Amino acid sequence: MTHFELSDAELEQRFQQRIDDEQKIEPKDWMPAAYRKNLIRQISQHAHSEVIGMQPEGNWLSRAPTLQRKMILLAKVQDEGGHGLYLYSAAETLGASREEMVDALHEGRAKYASIFNYPTLTWADIGTIGWLVDGAAIVNQISLQRTSYGPYARAMVRICKEESFHQRQGYESLIALVNGSDEQKAMAQDALNRWWWPSLMMFGPHDADSAHSGQSMKWKIKRKSNDSLRQDFVDQTVPQADFLGLHIPDEELKWNEERGHYDFGEIDWEEFARVVNGDGMCNRDRVRHHKKAQDDGAWVRDALRAYEQKKRANAEKAA
Amino acid sequence: MNQKNILPLYEIFIRSKRGLDHKHVGSLHAENSEQALEYARDVYTRRSEGVSIWVVLASDITASQEEDASSFYDPSDDKPYRHAMHYVLPEPINNM
Ligand SMILES: [Fe+2]
Ligand SMILES: [Fe+2]
Repeated sequence: MTHFELSDAELEQRFQQRIDDEQKIEPKDWMPAAYRKNLIRQISQHAHSEVIGMQPEGNWLSRAPTLQRKMILLAKVQDEGGHGLYLYSAAETLGASREEMVDALHEGRAKYASIFNYPTLTWADIGTIGWLVDGAAIVNQISLQRTSYGPYARAMVRICKEESFHQRQGYESLIALVNGSDEQKAMAQDALNRWWWPSLMMFGPHDADSAHSGQSMKWKIKRKSNDSLRQDFVDQTVPQADFLGLHIPDEELKWNEERGHYDFGEIDWEEFARVVNGDGMCNRDRVRHHKKAQDDGAWVRDALRAYEQKKRANAEKAA
Repeated sequence: MNQKNILPLYEIFIRSKRGLDHKHVGSLHAENSEQALEYARDVYTRRSEGVSIWVVLASDITASQEEDASSFYDPSDDKPYRHAMHYVLPEPINNM
């Protein structure tokens, strides 16, 4: 009963006004097709990252050094599966189907955070992922709690509540390692050496090179630019590395009194592009494993469906 | 993925504490409502966020839209006498 008197331009102007007024956009509101598309891309990519991110950590579940660490890691990995669900649900409110999104992941049309294409070689990698990868995710997700799309913002609030545990358990397990034997401390340093740069890459290309950034900021899908989020992360992480007595593998890293921030070196953007475009160490493995889990679980879903149909048929017969 | 595998969508509502309303927290796909309830427990209440869960088939929800407001809610605006502040009382008892 509403829109047909308004032109697209008028609708778009109202939509932008709502965003400028810091009001949320809700699922049934009119929105530009590009806003919807951009959101589906970002949210589904985010959801895939949560789910694919379960693999590198799941790799150490059976080899955690103590039962306590194993229970903690299991709880964390389970959380990440939950995060995936919250995000898929948010994307579905935009009309994307779960099947479509998963197909896109399997066919390589949808991306996920490229950090999960690096292998977890030692136990120290698990602590380091909690500290750095979840740490970087938190910086990004805190700003996304204010994203303009209501269901996405609410999913972020829910996720942020759980993330703090992820980062703290990782850091705590690194504290144990750096206070252990020389080998353990060396293992922690080696993990930091390998995960530092990929963690910085998690924030994406420089603002000037970021394809979707400008429009996303105008629509308030993104609230802070890639570079400023990355700077926040570096600033908060350097003192944490100092506390551990670990060395961040960047010779250009230095406090800049004038800026009130740390200066840091340039990311290897060639490596970034290579991993994003499918040629990281574990890309093929991650997607193959996801597909296999999907296929291996098919009989359970089929059985549930068959049972449900039988129950319904019996109920009908009895009626 | 196979079309026949698409499960119905359920909306999930959780009462976080006795005495509070159930609040919408998200959605999930399940084969039936019992399964939806178990999934909801696993994904939405891992840290005792709730004492009671409702699961509702999304397709069973009938909702009004904000844009319909003019015909749906507007009448209230010209009925100021429905609001407490419409009544101006003398100062000594105005905290009523
Ligand atoms: Fe997560
Ligand atoms: Fe996490």
